[in-house]
Amino acid sequence: MSWMQNLSNAMVLAAIYILMASGLTMVYGVLKVLHIAHAAVYTVGAFAGVLIYTWVGNFWLALFLAMVISGLLGIVIYRGTYFYMLDSPRTVPLIASIGLYVMITDLLQKDFLMGPYQRAFPAQGAGLPRIETRFFTLTPKQVLILLVAVALMALLYVVLTKTRIGLGWRGAAQDREMAASVGVNLNRVISLNFFLGSALAGAAGVLVGVYNNSVFATMGDVVSYKAFIIIVLGGMGSLPGAVLASIILAVAENFLVATVGYVLPRDAIAFLVLIVFLMYRPHGLLGKE
Amino acid sequence: MSDYVLSVAVFVGIWVTLALSLNILTGFAGQVSLGHAAFFGIGAYTSAILTANYGQSFWTGFALAILITGMTGAVLGLPSLRVRHDFLVLVTMGVNFVVVALFKYVDFFGGAMGIVNIPAPSLFGHTFRGGAPYLILVWVYALATLGVSWYLSKTWTGMAFNTVRLDEDAAAAVGVSVPRFKIYAFAISAALAGGAGSLYAHFIGSVFPDTFVFLESIAILSMVIFGGVGTLRGPIVGAIILKAAPEMLRFVQDYRFTLYGALLVLMMLFQPMGLLGDDSWLWTKLQRLFRKGS
Repeated sequence: MSWMQNLSNAMVLAAIYILMASGLTMVYGVLKVLHIAHAAVYTVGAFAGVLIYTWVGNFWLALFLAMVISGLLGIVIYRGTYFYMLDSPRTVPLIASIGLYVMITDLLQKDFLMGPYQRAFPAQGAGLPRIETRFFTLTPKQVLILLVAVALMALLYVVLTKTRIGLGWRGAAQDREMAASVGVNLNRVISLNFFLGSALAGAAGVLVGVYNNSVFATMGDVVSYKAFIIIVLGGMGSLPGAVLASIILAVAENFLVATVGYVLPRDAIAFLVLIVFLMYRPHGLLGKE
Repeated sequence: MSDYVLSVAVFVGIWVTLALSLNILTGFAGQVSLGHAAFFGIGAYTSAILTANYGQSFWTGFALAILITGMTGAVLGLPSLRVRHDFLVLVTMGVNFVVVALFKYVDFFGGAMGIVNIPAPSLFGHTFRGGAPYLILVWVYALATLGVSWYLSKTWTGMAFNTVRLDEDAAAAVGVSVPRFKIYAFAISAALAGGAGSLYAHFIGSVFPDTFVFLESIAILSMVIFGGVGTLRGPIVGAIILKAAPEMLRFVQDYRFTLYGALLVLMMLFQPMGLLGDDSWLWTKLQRLFRKGS
């Protein structure tokens, strides 16, 4: 495989990471909560996507509805738990988040929901073309992932920088109390934050489900740990940092696995990179302090 | 006692020890760890390899499991000097993954097949696999762990842990060496968990990487939080309830992790200090009851 091909594969992986990590970063930015249950939202998104796709057969509708469902689940999680813990010590929402994640993942494995097996998600590339150049090839599935990720991130950028709600949001991320005192409706801002972040996670779930042609209850595990690695590398709560870290991790993974991949599995390498990196820069790549 | 009840009692004893040992790190010194199962596993593997592959006795394996896990704990505690709070939580989680990956992919640790044929302990030429003697051994160790926790809470070290938990900067300002006591907490907590791992390995007779995964770390943390983090009674009661209930009730076994998860969320919503923590509803009621009685 040429290095250009390696790089284009890494970009596809990075697109998934970005979708997953941007939601987490947004939540961390405003609430300072390590939202571990984000991984459960991702799995629920993938599950909703595959169910709707099997019923109606239209991928784009399935993607849209899966995002809406994930987004609503995000709001429910916020209003049901974190909302009451805003002024508690930081371990309180953290542990509630772990609890939520364990609970939802375990419930999903029961027979009345997904069951303990894998489901196929045969959406292929949703009719997108295959791109072949002299240096690299993108399969329809890869085109799909890049297209959706770029479109969603562009949308997020516009919402964050050009709208009033985005302004309130950035204010809340800087200083929650100060933002509230100058008239930002914190509750609405944070709820919307959860909705959008969770919808992005749902989209990531659907895309990964399509890419691997499989959806299963514990699919959130690995990706979510990776997403945490990314938001840590990116410096907790910094969106540009998260995007940069996603790309770095994806590239490093693809090239490291190709060279030393026989020693340790991919995910252990990712964690090792994280631990070593944190010893060197305890506040991440673009973190403050 | 039937064999079944006996083995449930042994498991409960081992998990009471694990919960108490994590409590020293998280409850006393305030370092939330999502990787305690790694120390449990390191103890189990140390003992298993020494006895099954190198022909050592159980007692050597047990002692070295405590020692080696304690030393590993001190080393793995080093990150806590550089990173704090949420960063540390993620590092402990990462440590758990890396340790399990090593168990799984390095031949020395037996790979995915684990290590089997771990001998039972013997004393004065008398071998005991399971049975009442083993139960006594496990609970003596659990009591020893309780003793260490109690002793720590009464000493200067315990007070130093308190200051590190409550405010690291203030602790440093009054002359408490924060790095030293963090490493102490990691080492003591890990050493005690290592002993529990050894007891587990010799009771089951085999160890597999999948026993010591991240989810088990969460289960141990659930027990500590559910019972009441930072107290001595809390982790014991938490471990007894959360470990025994799934064994006793079939329905609970099927929904074990749903229950763990829901309990954690409900506890954090309504009783963040745990079932029997200081100022918790139940503990206040109990104290009032006893004061009336006396």
